[in-house]
Amino acid sequence: MGNLLWRRMTNAVMFSMTLMCALGVVGVLFFIFGYLFWNGGRYVNWDFFTRLPAPVGESGGGMANAIIGSAKLLLLATLVGAPIGFLGGIYLAEFGGKTFPFFVRYVTDLLNGVPSIVIGIFAYAVVVLRVRHFSAWAGGFALGIMMIPIALRSTEEFLRQVPTSLREGALALGATRWQMILTVVVPAAMRGILSGMMLDIARVAGETAPLLFTSFGNRFWSEGFDKPTASLPVMIFTYAIGPYDDWHRQAWAAGFVLLAMVFMFNITSRLLISWRRTR
Amino acid sequence: MTTGMLLSESDKTPDPGAPLRTRLSGFLARLGDPLFYGLTLCCAASIIVITGCLVYQLYAHSAEARHTLGWGFLTSQEWNPVSGEFGALPFVFGTVVTSILAILIATPLGVGTAIFLAEMAPRRLSNIMAFLVDLLAAVPSVIYGLLGIFLLVPLLNSTVVPPMQRVLGFLPIFSGSFYGVSLFSASLVLVIMVVPFIVSISREVLLAVPVEQREASYALGSTHWETVWKVVLPHARRGIYASVFLGLARALGETMAVTMVIGNTPQIAKSLFAPGYTIAAVIANEFTEATGSLYLSALIELGLVLFGITIVINGLARLLILATTRGLQHG
Repeated sequence: MGNLLWRRMTNAVMFSMTLMCALGVVGVLFFIFGYLFWNGGRYVNWDFFTRLPAPVGESGGGMANAIIGSAKLLLLATLVGAPIGFLGGIYLAEFGGKTFPFFVRYVTDLLNGVPSIVIGIFAYAVVVLRVRHFSAWAGGFALGIMMIPIALRSTEEFLRQVPTSLREGALALGATRWQMILTVVVPAAMRGILSGMMLDIARVAGETAPLLFTSFGNRFWSEGFDKPTASLPVMIFTYAIGPYDDWHRQAWAAGFVLLAMVFMFNITSRLLISWRRTR
Repeated sequence: MTTGMLLSESDKTPDPGAPLRTRLSGFLARLGDPLFYGLTLCCAASIIVITGCLVYQLYAHSAEARHTLGWGFLTSQEWNPVSGEFGALPFVFGTVVTSILAILIATPLGVGTAIFLAEMAPRRLSNIMAFLVDLLAAVPSVIYGLLGIFLLVPLLNSTVVPPMQRVLGFLPIFSGSFYGVSLFSASLVLVIMVVPFIVSISREVLLAVPVEQREASYALGSTHWETVWKVVLPHARRGIYASVFLGLARALGETMAVTMVIGNTPQIAKSLFAPGYTIAAVIANEFTEATGSLYLSALIELGLVLFGITIVINGLARLLILATTRGLQHG
């Protein structure tokens, strides 16, 4: 009987411990979000979105150039990563054989796990060393490479969820395979694919390490894609480790804006999927 | 021959646009599929080409360091680029120590949370919490660094570490003076970054354990915990190992957050409260300032070392995941 009591107590104690773990993790989560939104939100104002960084020693100013710079880098990254991931995903889901697709999948997962700083070195060696200066091209290239694995795997996953009967129907109507894929299968999986791409963009939007020595940074506007370009994550890093209180305030504001953007992408992506399921 | 004859017959039809259209669609019908197949194949194959290029570039650009410094690079403790001394050991040490410590803390925490989410929480609550945990994983690392510098480091300095040192200060790993930035602070930031990975994968693996296994265990008179501990966890162990390995790989390669709280001092200290340096952090800090080709080449070789370590860990994790999915398929 004592044995049973002991077992019941173990049961209760162990589960309370898992409850504490879960509460701890969720508590940290709310604390981080709360602190960041409270502390960062205070310093966000209109100037932050419209003005250039103030010269050292002056207070005020904003990060308009970094916001535009980040947008430019993400545009380039999407142009590199999304098509390759999308078409590669179609190959894996629609044409796949056995050995080669397995190999592609394995390498994709490995590429996904390569530290972002190493991708930065790669982009530096391939782009920056060739043209001998930092540029948005190099940064966009690095982020684009980072986007490929997730774009590919999520496209493949959502294409696989399209029922075979749809494919058979299209082929029975006389469509060729590429017509079947592009006009029937892809539209059926479109919401899922888009949500995967959005998650992917959200992930690379916060990447700092591969930009440090590819797009570098810039305290002014950079025209076109061939100049060193400022970005929000790199600005946060530079300003956070800088010595001035005013920089720290700007870093918090930038952190707030970046996090809000990343969350918006994440939540939109989640809504896209759930909408698809309930329809 | 036959197709040629058919085409020439259709050429004689009265509608002047029709033959071209038929020919065009016939052309597309015959060539469209192979073209599209080739295009998608190229994109899929480009992943392998890119990864190959990546390895080659790291290898080629670290040639000077590899030839000049040899294997001594990995075993030397001195890092002084000005006098031309390049030793990678302090960085390897910092990387391994912070990651291992982070995993040691994060594994029980993450698996515990996953057990709660999979076994105890109602499904709705479990899904909401899993989404929140995924959001935690989406927070950019530079923001964790920001929180690390301005929140965690002052907190450790004022309220956490002094009492710890009063009680455990006699142990060498907790000795020495504490300035806030340290291996310990870096590990704590890594814990927060790695836990979401472990929770999210472990939860899914636990939920995938067949319900019959649990029922059989209850039928034998087990308590809920005994079922979890002796039946569910062993069944899910490969997936959990995989999640831990993935977390470890992420911790090893993590750059920004670590750079901001580790103190960036290339030394091998016996205390966790001493500042340190990691491979990723030194690359991030010194790459743009590297003067001279040997310096740059040494940094790229460090990148190669980091790449090698994470590839091995990731490869192991993926093999474990493959083994798990195969195992589930077979029974």
